Amino acid sequence: MTARKAASTLFMGALWVAGLVAVIPLVLIVYYVLLKGLPAVHVGFFTQTAPPPGVPGGGMSQAMWGTGLIVGMATLISVPLGVLTAVYLSEFGRGRLAVGVRFVAEILLSTPSIVAGAFIWALVVVAMHSFSALAGAIALTVLMWPIITRATEETLRLVPDELREAALALGVPRWKMVLRIVIPTAGSGILTAVMLAVARGFGETAPILLTSLRNDFLNTNPLQPTDAVPLRIYNYAQSAFPAWQTLAWGGAITLLGAVLVLSIGARLLSDRQQRRLG
Amino acid sequence: MEERSTTRSVSDAGVPVRRRLRIGDLTLRGGTVAVSLGLVVLLAGLLVVLATGAAPALSQLGLSFFTSRQWDPVTNHFGALPYIYGTLVTSTVALVLALPVSIGLALLLNEVRSKWVRNPLTVLVDLLAAIPSVVYGLWGLFVLAPALNTYLAPFLARTLGKLPVLGALFVPTPAVGNMLNAGVILAVMIVPIITAVTREVIATVPADLREASLALGATRFESIRMAVLPYARSGIVGATMLGLGRALGETIAVSMVIGNGLGISASLLAPGYTIPAVIANEFREATSTGLQHSALLALALVLVVIALVLAGASRLLVRRSERGFR
Repeated sequence: MTARKAASTLFMGALWVAGLVAVIPLVLIVYYVLLKGLPAVHVGFFTQTAPPPGVPGGGMSQAMWGTGLIVGMATLISVPLGVLTAVYLSEFGRGRLAVGVRFVAEILLSTPSIVAGAFIWALVVVAMHSFSALAGAIALTVLMWPIITRATEETLRLVPDELREAALALGVPRWKMVLRIVIPTAGSGILTAVMLAVARGFGETAPILLTSLRNDFLNTNPLQPTDAVPLRIYNYAQSAFPAWQTLAWGGAITLLGAVLVLSIGARLLSDRQQRRLG
Repeated sequence: MEERSTTRSVSDAGVPVRRRLRIGDLTLRGGTVAVSLGLVVLLAGLLVVLATGAAPALSQLGLSFFTSRQWDPVTNHFGALPYIYGTLVTSTVALVLALPVSIGLALLLNEVRSKWVRNPLTVLVDLLAAIPSVVYGLWGLFVLAPALNTYLAPFLARTLGKLPVLGALFVPTPAVGNMLNAGVILAVMIVPIITAVTREVIATVPADLREASLALGATRFESIRMAVLPYARSGIVGATMLGLGRALGETIAVSMVIGNGLGISASLLAPGYTIPAVIANEFREATSTGLQHSALLALALVLVVIALVLAGASRLLVRRSERGFR
């Protein structure tokens, strides 16, 4: 009898250890990124471009603008696509087509990001004979579209059917009901979905590596090779120059900050949304 | 049903009610259907484009693409065995390390009633999933790998390395990057996804089963072992497959800590190379003549087919588990 109880206590203890082990890496990563990244962050970090090899100083401004350009275009493409797919699944989708589309959206979430890069290289970079920010944005769209669709469909399903029925009972046509009642009600949930997708886009390295290449200088032409913060971190981390490695940590603190703010913001928004609708 | 109710509404212009309403409905419905089909076309296009690109390499090299160890752009011969090996080894290490932690954590989150423990823990694990892989790689390269190489690797070589069969896994090498580092980083990265899916499945275990086992005098441990885990088993297998898919496809973090060495070594403390890492490293340098691009696209095709099959199978298993079949 006591042996059984002891086994149970031991097991519960092991579960707590598992919980602790899972959280430790997060603490360590944030700690080291702050420790090594903060010294790299100064005004020049945000205003200067890439320094020549071995020269101290310099910054990542070209990479930050590049990330903004690439992720901005990817967001403009993937938000309408993702939201419309979600509207279909939640408001119209019935039968085999809906089951199929939902399944495709779910498994596309598991596309390895490097594969999205190779796919868009073969499709866009080869056809346009050039690496470009646009190709990078399309590669990110492959990853962001299913994310937005999944999260938006979940939030559209939280909209109470009573609202839909009330609108239809008042004689509002279905399309107007969707655009004027369902989507505004789910508004902050859709914003959450977009924030999660943008956070993912900010952090992706592999797809951009194969499509947007890199650029030491500021570029605003979507059809030219363009730099991005994760690309810079990847290149600088593997270099032999301590100055470049410091810049890599500076990039990491910027990237991690942006991604964590977006993720935490998305979480707060979705909690509020669920309290309001649930 | 709804169709009929909308057509009863009042007309405010001269346009016939039925027609005007139907045009709006048809447009929105047609538009969303078209975009949704676009998503299906995207998946099909991805497979077709990669298969077309991979065809020259696969047809010229045949099975030797999967069985040869020679990967040489100069002689135009490409054998992917070292990459396949490295991918399988690192993913296996990652699963072995991540599974107990993830399942333990998911059970903990299900057992603990206090929201003061549950909510922060859930948030922290979700944030772990949000960290970009290049940040994992940077941290792995400068913090984790030196620590593992200084403390863990010599310890493993001294202890487990002395065992008869298992010892081959822990033969020390002077390399900085190795497969153990990659496996550990991958484990950290897949814990959130396995935990999330396992939790989702465990949450669907009927309360009557738990209560019945407790009423019969089972301890918490026995109740989990006899009522919760058997019921959630196929869902946990599904969660594992999803985690495996993530681990197989992870690129940047792995390529930064694995050493990118082209050998097949039994020891986890030796450098290795993975399929995503070689695509990332060689793609931009590959020349347009020769088979290198085609061989790399073939690797991408192999990767995505495995990842999608795992994801699909995982989804079906989880859904079956949630519906309560076994």
